[in-house]
Amino acid sequence: MTDAHAPDSGQYYVPHHSPWPIFGSVTLFTVMLGAIVYLNDWLGLWALIPGALLLATLFFLWFSTVIDENQRGIYNLQVDRSFRMGMMWFIFSEVMFFAAFFGALFYARVLSVPWLGGAGTKMFTNYVLWPHFDGTWPSNGPGHVGGRADASFNVMNPFGIPALNTLILLTSGFTVTMAHHALRSARRTPLAVWLALTFLLGFTFVGFQAYEYGEAYREMGLRLTTGIYGSTFFMLTGFHGLHVSIGAIMLTVIWLRVLRGHFTPQRHFAFEAVSWYWHFVDVVWLGLFVFVYWL
Amino acid sequence: MADSHAHAAHAHDDHDHKPHGWRRWVFATNHKDIGTMYLILSGTMFFIGGLAAMGIRAELFSPGLQFFDPQFFNSLTTMHGLIMIFGAIMPAFVGLANWMIPMQVGAPDMALPRLNNFSFWILPFAFTLLIGSFFVPGGAPAGGWTMYPPLVVQTGAALPMLVFAVHLMGMSSILGAINIIVTIMNMRAPGMTLLRMPLFVWSWLITAYLLIAVMPVLAGAVTMLLTDHFFGTSFFTAAGGGDPVMFQHIFWFFGHPEVYIMILPAFGIVSEIIPTFSRKPLFGYEAMVYAIASIAFLSFIVWAHHMFTVGMPLAAQLFFMLSTMLIAVPTGVKVFNWVATMWKGSLSFEPPMLFALAFVFLFTIGGFSGLMLAMVPADYQYQDTYFVVAHFHYVLVTGALFSIMAAVYYWLPKWTGHMYSLRLGTWHFWLSTIFVNVLFFPQHFLGLAGMPRRIPDYAVQFTDWNRVSSIGAFGFGLSQLLLLYLIIQCVRGGARIGNRAWEGAHGLEWELSSPPPFHSWTEAPSDAMVARGAAH
Amino acid sequence: MTIRKTLARFALLAVAGVLSLPAWAESGWAQLNLPQGVTDMSRKIYSLHMLVFWICVGIGVVVFGVMIWSLIAFRKSRGAIADTTLVHNTGVEVVWTVIPVIILIVMAVPAARTLVELEDSSKTSLTIKITGFQWGWQYDYLDDGVMYFSHLDRASDAARELGSGIDPNTVPFYLWNVDHPLVVPNGVKVRLLITGADVIHSWWVKDLGVKKDAIPGFINEAWFKVDDGWTGMLRGNCAELCGRDHGFMPIVVDVRSKKDFESWLKSTAAGEKPATPAAPAATSAAAPAAATAPAPAASSG
Ligand code: HEA
Ligand code: HEA
Ligand code: CUA
Ligand SMILES: [Cu+2]
Repeated sequence: MTDAHAPDSGQYYVPHHSPWPIFGSVTLFTVMLGAIVYLNDWLGLWALIPGALLLATLFFLWFSTVIDENQRGIYNLQVDRSFRMGMMWFIFSEVMFFAAFFGALFYARVLSVPWLGGAGTKMFTNYVLWPHFDGTWPSNGPGHVGGRADASFNVMNPFGIPALNTLILLTSGFTVTMAHHALRSARRTPLAVWLALTFLLGFTFVGFQAYEYGEAYREMGLRLTTGIYGSTFFMLTGFHGLHVSIGAIMLTVIWLRVLRGHFTPQRHFAFEAVSWYWHFVDVVWLGLFVFVYWL
Repeated sequence: MADSHAHAAHAHDDHDHKPHGWRRWVFATNHKDIGTMYLILSGTMFFIGGLAAMGIRAELFSPGLQFFDPQFFNSLTTMHGLIMIFGAIMPAFVGLANWMIPMQVGAPDMALPRLNNFSFWILPFAFTLLIGSFFVPGGAPAGGWTMYPPLVVQTGAALPMLVFAVHLMGMSSILGAINIIVTIMNMRAPGMTLLRMPLFVWSWLITAYLLIAVMPVLAGAVTMLLTDHFFGTSFFTAAGGGDPVMFQHIFWFFGHPEVYIMILPAFGIVSEIIPTFSRKPLFGYEAMVYAIASIAFLSFIVWAHHMFTVGMPLAAQLFFMLSTMLIAVPTGVKVFNWVATMWKGSLSFEPPMLFALAFVFLFTIGGFSGLMLAMVPADYQYQDTYFVVAHFHYVLVTGALFSIMAAVYYWLPKWTGHMYSLRLGTWHFWLSTIFVNVLFFPQHFLGLAGMPRRIPDYAVQFTDWNRVSSIGAFGFGLSQLLLLYLIIQCVRGGARIGNRAWEGAHGLEWELSSPPPFHSWTEAPSDAMVARGAAH
Repeated sequence: MTIRKTLARFALLAVAGVLSLPAWAESGWAQLNLPQGVTDMSRKIYSLHMLVFWICVGIGVVVFGVMIWSLIAFRKSRGAIADTTLVHNTGVEVVWTVIPVIILIVMAVPAARTLVELEDSSKTSLTIKITGFQWGWQYDYLDDGVMYFSHLDRASDAARELGSGIDPNTVPFYLWNVDHPLVVPNGVKVRLLITGADVIHSWWVKDLGVKKDAIPGFINEAWFKVDDGWTGMLRGNCAELCGRDHGFMPIVVDVRSKKDFESWLKSTAAGEKPATPAAPAATSAAAPAAATAPAPAASSG
């Protein structure tokens, strides 16, 4: 359908009617309907399944079309540039999404928790409403929300698994760069190896993170419901982990494409897009490590 | 004038493989088709949002409750705000961008056509969710379009619908904005340098940056609402160490740039129209570009002027007061440049120009009340009264909406190839302009005299001005039926026009036939055309 | 051309309507502007408001004047020829950037001054904790052991129901009356500690120049000092959307002389029924017309 007629690659390729956008919208709608009926307790968790299936199908079919068009060489350099710019700005929007949660973290640490402890102009807040709260971080708030049975909780030691994970992600940033170098100098085997290393490191990261979560929930009283600390901790690291997973899956797809002989030393937009994404995930992690775990 | 071109026949047969039937729209990749769909969606939402407003004004016609339960009234207000902003104004501007930007920069289409269609088709589903929330237990969201917790968390089953609808609208806006940026940065014809671009394109470029920067932040904010309600997080509850006011900070970090997202493209449109009907190039083109950029920059550091009464530290209040006031300077530059464009021009008053002129007058009035609101001590008295309602309707209705109407009147002949009835357009203009002032001007008085916003019923001393306002509202609403009629009539037929629908019009879109070919510029425009278009 | 005639008639009606409005809105100028209020601060806010207003009017006259002049003088229909060379002039551009900056400074200075004063809640001699809840107010005289709730008064509450059949015009101070007003002394700097019990509310009495959000879990401070010798009732509303009955949680402040206030406090603390509305409310019930008069004047003296 999308290949109705392929102009020569000298011309900017404008696809002629495509079913994927509307399919995509219906998919998103289904995903959200599933989430709505689940959250409102109208149906069980299985209500999310149709959406998930559609989503997987959507990605598979839409990307297949694009990859196919790309392999047939109908994208000229200008189209390539469009894709690049598009990806860059998409990543920027992701950065801003994380910024909202970092903002929440800073607000809690610098303003709301100290205020509840009576800092600044909020003396009476502490004196009248929360008389025994000292307002130090980490905190699950003056109401001691969540945590263990006695409302206590522990924070993660930054120099255990988190430091290890930092190392893993930084290494994976290095390996993906090595893969890029290999691609540019047309050395396919090292390319495949470096790339495989990268996503393996990625999945390892996710594995460690899952282990860490398990420990936090079972032993440390650190849960999503553990006041503002737990909220910011899990929302930030959770969304990050989700992005690492997505990134690792994308890297795997790129790896499969490499095995199939896709990409040339000059033209490999998809590879670069995914590696940018990977670096972005990496940088976000550094922010997390410093502001969530360490300081 | 337009009619003089009527003989310039143009039998352009587009032999492109234009798909037919429903597929043309549902599977569309063409920027004009997608633009048209955006505009139709926007018009529909304007009527639905307007209907909600009519409900509000009907209930407020007299003191006492006549029609609605207070909770339902709050839903009407909330949905009116959300639908007008996300459903009427924003899609209208995106639709105009879709139609005009490829034509104005000399591109065959938008840079990422499939993404373009995706951005559009997300929206009908988003509004299905949003409007569908009227029919679930607990009713539609009633916490105001600003969705402040803890109140909004008291919403019933509609809460996740609201949150997901916002997610969808955000996604659509982000993807649309990416497409616009890429089109402008990568698809310009040779010779179309950045500083030769029409101001509409410039204003959209900067608006798109704003969108990408703030829509994700809104998505984050509503996600926190969702997790606070369903997953036990404590972002907005003090007991857990959070703060309800934190939501307001995050929301307005989005919200204030958002209001400029709704006015910058308007500035662009007016900057196209005034030179055309003054038959004189825009005064201070570069200053106009810099002014838009400064406004966009400042918009990121003024957000807390919506929160002067939440009890911020003194230093913060002072900072946000001063930064807010500063915006008057670049905005003033724009107003002065428009006036200077008309100075020593050769003016004529077709409907697009009439709306553009009304824009300059009435937006400025809205800007003045904005400035008054920026004075913190005075804002203590204005905040959450009808004075604020008056302010933002002057900038949104007589600002953003009027600019959209001006744009439609300006480019409709280009889109359809037909000239509409200028007389009907002029009638629509005068009726709209008179009624809109009857509608919103008295709300300044109501606010100053102490009438809070978001109330279904009021103390009896507010009766008179509310009556006036309601009458204005009904008149303004009914006048819009004229516009609908005029558009349908113009699409159906009318005097054929040549490429240049308006004598003084400059820009690449006027070098194309009317209506333009299915793919705008399959061949890049010639240097001469680009230079002629960029005569500023 | 019937459509044209109909439209013309419609427009004529509209214009006539607009022209007759001032007469129709007989309630007078008090309904058009901010009240000056009964405290030093409220008057300072009022003058700031008027200052900014007149500056805006001034700018408007100049800008709109030039614009209207252009619209008249440079019409194509009067043979105006466009001067297409007039596209740029650094001189005027600098001028119209600098002048607004100066004007803004003129406005910012008094605004900042007033703000600094408003935020200074030190040296108060009476502290009242105010808690907004869905839907009413709780007043707590922290040092004197007096605490009570304040709701919309019965008469308004009955009249406001959908289809109540009661004409709001017959209810004295419709939606602006409560069962137990906040009682305060004049001539004394009163500190308010404002918070919310469930959702955000906002305590607003414009004649005091006070509006502060009541945020659950936090306390905001505000203060006022009513002019020495001024007594009477002041009325306000909740000013933050707080759910279904947001429109129905008014605020009434009963300002009394220091002596009357002291005795009221003593008797209330001693367990008498709190804060029955002072006599003036009864007077106005007898004369419903008074309901349209500006609130502060209604019962002063
Ligand atoms: C298109 C949308 C739009 C635009 C352009 C603006 C423009 C401005 N707005 Fe407005 N605003 C809204 C939409 C908009 N606003 C909305 C929707 C709300 C309410 C949200 C809600 O609560 O629901 C709001 C609320 C709002 C508030 C909060 C009120 C409150 O809730 O208490 C404030 C306070 O500072 C404010 C200020 C301003 C200012 C200073 C400008 C300035 O940008 C205006 C600048 C323009 C001029 C000043 C006129 C032209 C200039 C000259 C002629 C030069 C010379 C002038 C001088 C030197 C004075 N706005
Ligand atoms: C960008 C957008 C925009 C636009 C275009 C409008 C347009 C209008 N608004 Fe809107 N308004 C907002 C944005 C907008 N508004 C926002 C953001 C809020 C704040 C919400 C909140 O507090 O959370 C608000 C709040 C708001 C209030 C305050 C409500 C409250 O505080 O409780 C009122 C009250 O008068 C009002 C009135 C109107 C009217 C009469 C119109 C008119 O211009 C509408 C005219 C259009 C039509 C009427 C539709 C077309 C015609 C027909 C369908 C024909 C049939 C007509 C008749 C039967 C008469 N609006
Ligand atoms: Cu309480 Cu509004
Ligand atoms: Cu703002």
